[in-house]
Amino acid sequence: MDSPFGLLAELTYRCPLSCAYCSNPVDLVDYGDELTTAEWQRVIVEAHELGVLQLHLSGGEPLLRRDIAELASTARDLGMYTNLVTSALGLSRRRAEELRAAGVDHVQVSVQADEPAVSDRIAGTPSFARKVEACRLVKELGWPLTLNVVLHRQNIDRIGAVLRLAEELDADRVELANTQYYGWAWRNRDALLPSREQLEQAEEVVSAARTRLKGRMDVIYVLPDYYSRYPKPCMGGWAQRQLTVAPNGDVLPCPAAQTLPLPRASVRTDPLARIWTESPLFQAFRGTEWMPEPCHSCDRKEVDFGGCRCQAFLLTGDAARTDPVCHLSPDHGIVEAAVRAANDGPRELTLIPRPHRVGQR
Amino acid sequence: MGVPTLAPHVRLRHDAARDQYVLLGPETVAVLNGTSAAILRLCDGQRSVAEIIAELRGTYEHVAEDDVRGFLSRMAARHYVEITDG
Repeated sequence: MDSPFGLLAELTYRCPLSCAYCSNPVDLVDYGDELTTAEWQRVIVEAHELGVLQLHLSGGEPLLRRDIAELASTARDLGMYTNLVTSALGLSRRRAEELRAAGVDHVQVSVQADEPAVSDRIAGTPSFARKVEACRLVKELGWPLTLNVVLHRQNIDRIGAVLRLAEELDADRVELANTQYYGWAWRNRDALLPSREQLEQAEEVVSAARTRLKGRMDVIYVLPDYYSRYPKPCMGGWAQRQLTVAPNGDVLPCPAAQTLPLPRASVRTDPLARIWTESPLFQAFRGTEWMPEPCHSCDRKEVDFGGCRCQAFLLTGDAARTDPVCHLSPDHGIVEAAVRAANDGPRELTLIPRPHRVGQR
Repeated sequence: MGVPTLAPHVRLRHDAARDQYVLLGPETVAVLNGTSAAILRLCDGQRSVAEIIAELRGTYEHVAEDDVRGFLSRMAARHYVEITDG
């Protein structure tokens, strides 16, 4: 069995933003009892011993944890690559300098659009101006900056302006990722899924920008898998390369897996290595033995690993089925119906914002 | 070809768990063979490509100049290495 390369540390699900595309779980209240500093430090040490090289400090908003610099320096002392994934709210100069000194290697800042009115509406709070200021601070301190933009029906037409913003902010990378439909995004899917025409236009803009920015900025563009012929190779295969630890210590093969009807695994009760190698949750879909047809006899089974287990579960109620995104899946009609609805002319659906705090139902 | 240096977002590390050299980025892990790691360790923003090749020749028997230049160009195309005019 291979060792994992990356640990996604979801330090908290609290967040000052309330984006409707959030992939955090809908039942946030289950995650209010957060790991302590010492528990997180133990998790980081155990992850390093297991072979983890990259630590992603994420959430929710990870800056809401006062101990984030302490956790970053634990990772730095072990030689891990530390990546901060933030809304940038709370990234004051003092805080940024503290994190830079603690060895955070790279910062990813989210923006919701290219300008304040749309960005703030999607984020559910005035935040755009502070984000832009924080991006400038990140660059001023000599950090590499990635601008993260989740794309969906309500902002994808602005992709050209988003790229110009990234350029103006001198971002080293820009990640333009279409929404993945988990958590709150699943609940809001029909209002978020773009039309084919929107995607085609976006793709043209991206490919022109790639040519223009070659050598200056890395442009990463992630298509919505609902429009793909084959599913995404989710997480590089179940329990193969990555693991996630949720704020309450739950360990997951992917950040969306908490919804699956599988036994829990927690760092509060077991060492990380045992969870990775032996737990029923991590063993459930490891390798190719579990696969149904058409995956089992498919020559792409080691390419896309049957797609995403969480998506299979959300769409069919059975996590062990072929990801319905695949055109070979017997359930592909479910995806086709959603795509058809997204292309049935204009519609304005209301987005349900996620709550800020974990105490709200 | 000028002076190569690792891009600001990447780190060259020895991965003790797997006993191999890796280049780490925010979303990527590039596993390096011994020669690649030896070249990248010398990409310090001080040495020119010619100096790197000369230094490699002090350690390794067969160092083909074109191979080193080709490798660095590929690394630059993947944004792992930046090459500035020396």
